[in-house]
Amino acid sequence: MDRVEGEAGEFNVTLIKKPRYIEEEKCTGCGACVEYCPIKVEDEYNQNLSLNKAIHIYFSQAVPLVTYIDAKKCSFLKNEKCAICEGICKNNAIDLCQKPEKIEVEVGAIVLSPGYEIFDPKLQGDYGYGTMQNVVTSLDYERILCSTGPYEGEIRRPSDGKHPHKIAWIQCVGSRQVNPLGGNSYCSAVCCAYTQKQVILTKDHDAQAECTIFHNDVRSFGKDFERFYQRAEKLPGIRFIRSYVSIGKEIPETKNVTLRYSTYEDGVKEEEFDLVVLSVGLNPPDDVKDLAKKFSIDLTPQGFCKTNPVNPIETSRRGIFVSGAFQGPIDIPESIVTASGADALCSQLLAYRRGELSTEREYPQERDVAGEKPRVGVFVCHCGANIGRVVNVPSVAEYASGLKNVVYAEEALFACATDTAKKIAETIREKGLNRVVVAACTPRTHEPLFRDTLREGGINPYYFEMANIREHCSWVHAREKEMATRKAKDIVRMAVARAARLEPLKEFELPVDKRALVVGGGVAGMTSALSLANQGFEVYLVERDLELGGVARKIHFTLEGLDVQAYVNGLVNKVYRHPLLHVSTDATITTVSGYVGNFTTTMKAGWMAKEIRHGIAIIATGAEEYKPTEYLYGKEDGVLTQLELGERIARGEERVIHSQCLVMIQCVGCRNEERNYCSRVCCGHSVKNALKLKEINPRMDIYILFRDMRTYGLAEDSYREAANRDVKFIRYEPESKPQVEAVEEGGHRFLRVTVADPVLGQKLEIDADLLALAAAVVPSATNAELSRFFKVPLNPDGFFQEAHVKLRPVDFAAEGVFLCGMAHYPKHIAETISQAYGAAGRAATILSKDSVTASGAVCEVKESDCVSCGVCLSVCACGAIEFRGTPQGKKAWVNSVLCEGDGLCTAKCPTGAIQLKHFTDEELVAQIDTAIGDV
Amino acid sequence: MEKEQVEQLYKGLADSICKGSAGSHAGDVMVVGGGVSGVQASLDLAASGFKVYLVDRAPAIGGKMAQLDKTFPTNDCSI
Repeated sequence: MDRVEGEAGEFNVTLIKKPRYIEEEKCTGCGACVEYCPIKVEDEYNQNLSLNKAIHIYFSQAVPLVTYIDAKKCSFLKNEKCAICEGICKNNAIDLCQKPEKIEVEVGAIVLSPGYEIFDPKLQGDYGYGTMQNVVTSLDYERILCSTGPYEGEIRRPSDGKHPHKIAWIQCVGSRQVNPLGGNSYCSAVCCAYTQKQVILTKDHDAQAECTIFHNDVRSFGKDFERFYQRAEKLPGIRFIRSYVSIGKEIPETKNVTLRYSTYEDGVKEEEFDLVVLSVGLNPPDDVKDLAKKFSIDLTPQGFCKTNPVNPIETSRRGIFVSGAFQGPIDIPESIVTASGADALCSQLLAYRRGELSTEREYPQERDVAGEKPRVGVFVCHCGANIGRVVNVPSVAEYASGLKNVVYAEEALFACATDTAKKIAETIREKGLNRVVVAACTPRTHEPLFRDTLREGGINPYYFEMANIREHCSWVHAREKEMATRKAKDIVRMAVARAARLEPLKEFELPVDKRALVVGGGVAGMTSALSLANQGFEVYLVERDLELGGVARKIHFTLEGLDVQAYVNGLVNKVYRHPLLHVSTDATITTVSGYVGNFTTTMKAGWMAKEIRHGIAIIATGAEEYKPTEYLYGKEDGVLTQLELGERIARGEERVIHSQCLVMIQCVGCRNEERNYCSRVCCGHSVKNALKLKEINPRMDIYILFRDMRTYGLAEDSYREAANRDVKFIRYEPESKPQVEAVEEGGHRFLRVTVADPVLGQKLEIDADLLALAAAVVPSATNAELSRFFKVPLNPDGFFQEAHVKLRPVDFAAEGVFLCGMAHYPKHIAETISQAYGAAGRAATILSKDSVTASGAVCEVKESDCVSCGVCLSVCACGAIEFRGTPQGKKAWVNSVLCEGDGLCTAKCPTGAIQLKHFTDEELVAQIDTAIGDV
Repeated sequence: MEKEQVEQLYKGLADSICKGSAGSHAGDVMVVGGGVSGVQASLDLAASGFKVYLVDRAPAIGGKMAQLDKTFPTNDCSI
């Protein structure tokens, strides 16, 4: 990145493209050059735990899958000796004379997603990292666990390559610290959960392993993380020990490491471990100051990107947005959400030029070959040396040419190379091929490419079949060349047999209704709705209550100091004023039908019935505060929930402000059997209310009784501030919960809270005039009904279940339906706003298109064979099958738009009436028959 | 990661960057950093009808997530 000029809508960015010393379009990633390169270098990708070559591919699944030369290590680039790689490369892809290239790009908006660095424990010095070989960081350990890592997926330790048996993890390395040596004061938010993952994976590798985790608070605040924590904790041989730790010594003979720690029961102990993993935290990117200067954006004191308090995706400069961990320490789902959110915000800015620069591809007219006899062409790929070194490719090609229905067979060095693909398309036309088999790698990555080649060749893309002779053959039979060649021939013969029976299929183009429905008019729903409207889409916003605002109406200030009511009122005004936004309050949805691009929803708004047609829906129904039944709530005036406390503070209620002693109890109604999840926001809320009260009345005694303080991320600083202001934090165990009784003494009624203090080892009695309960966040009561209407699932706790916890956090498996806010899981307002933009961004990827394409490989019912048993309906995961009346009675019918082609129904159908196109019995049986034909 | 989409996206980007020898290019959005967040932003922007330039200083995109073995709580492969 050289410099950035201009402003939102017309930035001019100058980049310096570093020389790779490879012509990217020529390199096929075969790896021959890597094999012959004589210079060994430490492998950065493997955290320098293993060696690679001066020329190498960054990692085996890298995109782009082409090599690069490490200029600092290459003999030629250092002193013009060597250049072996140049001679080895058959494609002449190596260019040792490449120079840095200046590229200027004009863009309308910029998204900064530079990520994070891990905290470097060498700075700290006291954990032995860098001096003791068997002390590694969690990222080092991540590579050690991985099958593409330094030990090929076996857990070995660096000093002697032995399998470690006793492993210790030290939490909060570089996080939650105030020290001058470079540690961070904030909580890195991800380490507790990744450590639990590493423990579970370690036990998967070696069931006998003994794992010990030295931790402070365990912060499992994410969705499903509480259960994940329990899963790790319950494994045999696992100890979670709440203690600070210091490194004892390295034992010279074994290189084992001792750790000193202390527990309330046993005092200080020293224990030996085979391997110590430091759970390191997240730092801002290394070059963050330079980056901030070039883009003229502001940073926070911690070095993260400074963002708009009511929009965590906006930087201080218009037109420049931020996504991912540059916002602060966040986990993968939030990184994805903010990325989609950045899309929404760019779209708001650039809606006027959407689609102007993208180009539509054109294909030749498709030739109708239905009446022709099968004419199969086979292309056998060497994959550089990947296949060719094991399998005798020429003999496989020759064998293929003799197979039934094959009219043409050829070998290719790289079937996927652009020029080869062009040649295949030409061959299809010249030889009149109507089926194509490519014997190469996996359809997972390359089928779309070759289907495209068929379209270029003028035939239906479903006439393509792939024979995987790499993953299924050369890679797994590298030492059995002759047998591997025989197997490759078998695989090709099977593919040809199936190809001959393939049928042309049509993909559907379904028009998209460009209107959106947003269910729920809280902060999440309003933010999504406004974002879509600002992108130029018409939006219907439906709210159950009489007014907009949701649960935010009960929140008056945030930990960061936002005036929530002013913000919500501003939002409501914007919503009502927007010409593309239609609001219905006091409204309930009564039916939903249709599918992505074409939904019809009916509802009752007041006394009016309405019907809305829309292309997508966003579910933003929020959540509610649990009404406690414990701790005398509802029985004694002085017992409140945190939301009630917040409202009374905002109202300036005398009794609250002039209270002498306030006790807060955390985890009320959650982290228990009934609600086995953490409500995420309560620790932050309690600290927020405590700080506010201390500000108003510094002499008030405040106690917070907690299990784990989960003030994750930057909120950790507020936790520390509260402790500094003499808010007393007392930890309790779930088996000895605080006891509350109402006491009347000397005409004064108060609440007596009894709690066992583990530090003092005795019971404490606190006489309080107020008790605030951090009540759980519970899912909205309407979730079950909406889940049925939109055919989207709920998780065991009653929150909506997204398509993938990590990678598709605002999508549902059902296309065209999205979610955000507390309908997904409890979250703070800023997180809700991010997610709302995320949902709007994802929704816009559909709304911005005129049509959506549905695959041709879907299920189909032969009505005459259907016995109406309904098994298919019960197994279908996409709700695509229904009964329809026919003259012969009710028969199963597949809505091909909803069908995802998973084939679950075809396996269950007792009569074979339901078939998955492209994977018909005939096609598969032919393949099997030819496989076992010569047995 | 949706590798196939990423590869297609990359091919598009590589084409546009490599072909323009004059050294000047016009796009809608530049995404700086090709980790999981940058890749997702690029995919979404491209799907929304915008031309995207994705810039990373490493030889391959993927960022830190590509170094992770598996991710919690599903323990899916990171790549």
